[in-house]
Amino acid sequence: MPDETIQPAPPEVVIQFKDVRKAFGPNVIYDPLNLTVHRGETLTVIGGSGKGKSVMLKMLIRLLQADSGSITAFGEEVTTMPEAKLLGLRRRIAMLFQGAALFDSLTVAQNIKYPLVEHKWGTREQMDQRVEEVLDMVGMPGIQHLKPSELSGGMKKRVGLARAIAIQPDVILYDEPTTGLDPINVRRINGLILRLQRRLNVTSIVVTHDMDSCFTVTDRIAFLYDRRMDWTGTKEEALATDFGPLREFVQGGRGTLEAEGTED
Amino acid sequence: MSAAIKLLGHIGAVTRLSGRTFRVVFSRKFVDRSLLSAQMDHAGIGSWSIAVLTALFTGAVMAIQFADGLEPYGASLYTGKMVSLGIVRELGPTLTAVLVGGRVGAGFTAEIGSMNVTEQVDAISALGADPIEKLVAPRVMACIIMLPLLTLLADFVGCFGAMLVVMTDVGVTATFFIEQVLDTLVIADLLHGLAKATFFGYFIAIVGCYVGLNTRGGTEGVGRSTTDTVVAISITVLVSNFLLTKLFLSF
Repeated sequence: MPDETIQPAPPEVVIQFKDVRKAFGPNVIYDPLNLTVHRGETLTVIGGSGKGKSVMLKMLIRLLQADSGSITAFGEEVTTMPEAKLLGLRRRIAMLFQGAALFDSLTVAQNIKYPLVEHKWGTREQMDQRVEEVLDMVGMPGIQHLKPSELSGGMKKRVGLARAIAIQPDVILYDEPTTGLDPINVRRINGLILRLQRRLNVTSIVVTHDMDSCFTVTDRIAFLYDRRMDWTGTKEEALATDFGPLREFVQGGRGTLEAEGTED
Repeated sequence: MSAAIKLLGHIGAVTRLSGRTFRVVFSRKFVDRSLLSAQMDHAGIGSWSIAVLTALFTGAVMAIQFADGLEPYGASLYTGKMVSLGIVRELGPTLTAVLVGGRVGAGFTAEIGSMNVTEQVDAISALGADPIEKLVAPRVMACIIMLPLLTLLADFVGCFGAMLVVMTDVGVTATFFIEQVLDTLVIADLLHGLAKATFFGYFIAIVGCYVGLNTRGGTEGVGRSTTDTVVAISITVLVSNFLLTKLFLSF
């Protein structure tokens, strides 16, 4: 079993994790993390729940600081980036949070405008128009005036996605985009990820443990196992793998989730 | 021992948070005015009723006690002097801070804590804003501004409560009472109280925000944090009151 299989994705590297280590007290998450993401691809990170898949997304936009190692985005080091520059990074890399993380006190329109205002994106009219556009894109026109409490889980995710794409990022990070949704909404979100990918040609990193979702949207898969992400490959390679833990995971062996990390 | 280390850790972290907050306040000219006025409304205007009720009855009860205690010496006429000094120097600022602090600080923790466990605080950063600027700075500024104003209100109402009691129980006139109070109090008494209130306002907001930002563990965590805040604010106000009183009286 080779550690690294051939990459069919475009060669330009936009994001790179190199020897990144991260622990929360005694709980070691990455030891170490090495991963490369290419421009325009959709990379899916799979692995058991609670193993820290989201941590890598948060380290990438420095919501969490890596303990050691190097993280580069667009050729610039993130771990030591000054605060002022982080703003620019976060303009280029947007994130859809697991629970959508919409601001409860603001309306849908105000939520979507939030990054536009912070990044001084344009005039009030341009922002209103942009809100309309992105709501159309996620298939939810005309809900500008609603509050997040009036939306269902799936709707919140789609508004969260609208907020993430409003600023026209180069990279979108999806943290468990389909978790907790009904099958119709799961299909809808997967469809949206695919459509956005084609339409906006963004680079996407999707963290999930939903294999259907993974196979629908992904170009390449990275498997988090035993605090490392050494296995990466295409869908076909994942399906044909003889790497035991991954095979069990892909085939949906639920026992894998519990046993993961304790096997050789 | 480990509790002491933990406490020192919290004090260090609150100091760092304060540093970042004041850097935001001073570097961006002023915090966002709409956020500031919303917090002033919530923390200050929304708290006037408990400040007034507390002060009214505390002033009244103190007057009853002093009038009764001074009577054997034939000094109950001077109840106004004792009560007004006690209220303006100590009880006005301290009781207002403990009660308003419980209400406002717990509210800050619950709100910011809920935002934290639902990743809204992370979302603020991810969307290109600063949680300190959006959440902490307006609350700290609002409390620093509003606590002295509420204390001033409490001072007046407390003395008024005392006056009502003294007028009915001791039989002095309102004019006599007011003259006594004005004779007794000097401007420094009032300023000491208001200066303390400014510090209390800062403590209330920074502790409420700090505990909120460090909330973990879902809704259960929010509940735990809110309780912790009320206890922490009460203790901080009472202990710092002792230190501040010592400090101010040494000048």
